[in-house]
Amino acid sequence: MALLEINHLEVRFASKTGDVRVLQDLCFQLEKGERVAIVGESGAGKSIAAFAILKLISRPGFIHRGEIVFEGQDIVPLSGRAMRHLRGNRISMIFQDPMTTLNPVLTIGTQMVESLHAHRSLSKKQARDIAIDKLQQVQIASPEKRFDQYPHEISGGMRQRIVIAIALLLNPSLIIADEPTTALDVTIQAQIMELLMTLCESQQCSLILISHDLGVVANTTHKTMVMYAGRIIEMGPTSAIIHDAQHPYTQGLIRALPASSQPGQRLNQIPGSMPSPQHLPSGCAFHPRCGEVLQACSHALPSCTYRLNGKHRVACHLFTPPLISSGNN
Amino acid sequence: MKPALLTIDHLYKRFNVAQGLFPKFSFKKARFVAQQAQVSAINGVSLEIGTGEVLCVVGESGSGKSTLARIVMGLLRPSSGTIKYCQQRIDHLSARQWMPYRKHMQMIFQNPYASLNPRMTVRQTLSEAIRFHFPALSRAEVNDKVVSTMLSVGMQPDWASRYPHEFSGGQKQRISIARALAVDPVLLVADEPVSALDVSVQAQILNLMMETREQHALTYLFITHDLSVVKHFGTRVVVMYLGSFCEIAPTKTLFSHPQHPYTRALISAIPTLTPHQTKPIPLFGEIPSALKLPAGCVFNRRCSYANQRCQSEKPELKPVGDHIYVACHGVEENRI
Repeated sequence: MALLEINHLEVRFASKTGDVRVLQDLCFQLEKGERVAIVGESGAGKSIAAFAILKLISRPGFIHRGEIVFEGQDIVPLSGRAMRHLRGNRISMIFQDPMTTLNPVLTIGTQMVESLHAHRSLSKKQARDIAIDKLQQVQIASPEKRFDQYPHEISGGMRQRIVIAIALLLNPSLIIADEPTTALDVTIQAQIMELLMTLCESQQCSLILISHDLGVVANTTHKTMVMYAGRIIEMGPTSAIIHDAQHPYTQGLIRALPASSQPGQRLNQIPGSMPSPQHLPSGCAFHPRCGEVLQACSHALPSCTYRLNGKHRVACHLFTPPLISSGNN
Repeated sequence: MKPALLTIDHLYKRFNVAQGLFPKFSFKKARFVAQQAQVSAINGVSLEIGTGEVLCVVGESGSGKSTLARIVMGLLRPSSGTIKYCQQRIDHLSARQWMPYRKHMQMIFQNPYASLNPRMTVRQTLSEAIRFHFPALSRAEVNDKVVSTMLSVGMQPDWASRYPHEFSGGQKQRISIARALAVDPVLLVADEPVSALDVSVQAQILNLMMETREQHALTYLFITHDLSVVKHFGTRVVVMYLGSFCEIAPTKTLFSHPQHPYTRALISAIPTLTPHQTKPIPLFGEIPSALKLPAGCVFNRRCSYANQRCQSEKPELKPVGDHIYVACHGVEENRI
């Protein structure tokens, strides 16, 4: 049984002019210990996907339909109380900016112990010992001293280590990391990603890594999903996505990286920019920017079931089975 | 080498830090003096920028690269040291005296959302700059210039009556570039111009900057933390760390033969699509506080090659090859 199974999840935001669909038809499975990446540009809906899994979408947004089956239980109908029992305990989240995640008026120790007491009945001493042990695991020097310090007294990289320590406190089976290294420098980013990988591996913890940086994803995850305008347009093993991308958008993203061109040459740009969810183009949302448009693209939505093989899936009319495409074209 | 367009000589910049309600006092010359804590943002850097170059300044946050850009643009005053533009000293000029140079040097900022006036249309934004620097132009001529500038950055001229909020981030950055180009500058100082943009849009803007460079014969001072952008775009690179230069080298050489241990670590830490042949060189800890600079080499606490000399003596930038300058005792002593 998969650890997490998401079926046809749809998130909408209510607005005066009607509901806006920001996440549509999200389907994927995550096995125990597996690491999967969601990549896409801003506005693609990747953070909404992460928040939806934790049911953290607040009004005017809501989960319109779909199932989120976590450890065999559909969590969509769960109450707020039952969700609070899951969050931080079985599923943890790491956010982009460690300065806004940590409470500036509480010491690091207080914030760690607070989360322990919320889910376990422990004595003060026991909670402190567990917290200090976790700080050691994320390679923080002199953890006893850091335990009593405030977030502003420590550097950005160390803050993100502490956020990771808090996420791992209760040995969750799933961690959702939303751009965990975007606010950090490259050298620190390398340290933090390395740390996150080793800890997930040693604790048999699954990871959903949300990133806009294909380079970060390439070296850390097993599976990658590429999102565009609220939908997954390509999904497969990370190496297949990077080296054998099929969807014109994924190919464009990879070709647009400065590393993909010879120095000084023109970069391969994708014209235009991501459409707003209020004004999605008809048919495939990418067709106005796509270089390989077919007739079907502007009116029919490509379904995500077009498979290249069992693992690598693409939602693009270029891969429509011949029978259907001959009918459409 | 081409004649230097801009010369930076022994530049220092220190910022005073607010001390809170009760500053520390010390006893000096029979008087109590409030001790002023200082952040040393830039510590004695010298540099020449030649005409037509794309000089990239890279470094992590807190290395002083944006401060350098702002001093060059006259937005901050250096604590000591000089800046010359075409052999004319400009760092000590008053705001009024600076004006003629503004036409030659323009700046593009990181965040196009913050650097455009939300209450001005594109036409107003562009024509304000043009009217200011070319007061002799007639209304029609100003308008022609607005249109031609918009075309040159790939924008439709009929968008001129729109406001910034009607554009996406990439389009806004195009407007910022258009505003800079509108006055026919010689030098463009770009402070992280593509960091706030998505990959596909970043490629559009970098292409635009490369095209405008050829069309307008521009010189760029390009500030960034993204080494893959530098590799693609730059002709020469300065690696900055904690207010000092570690290494200056032509882009190709820097990426094929990095010399300074910090440059090596930085290059090895770039996330790449293909798995690294070699593991990233680990750097211990993080960039120290500029409030209290380390003695000796500023990098010594994170460097795995540091020895006694590195902890006491500050290394100078020394030539080690063709146009390559490195500030490292280890490289100088041939032990790295």
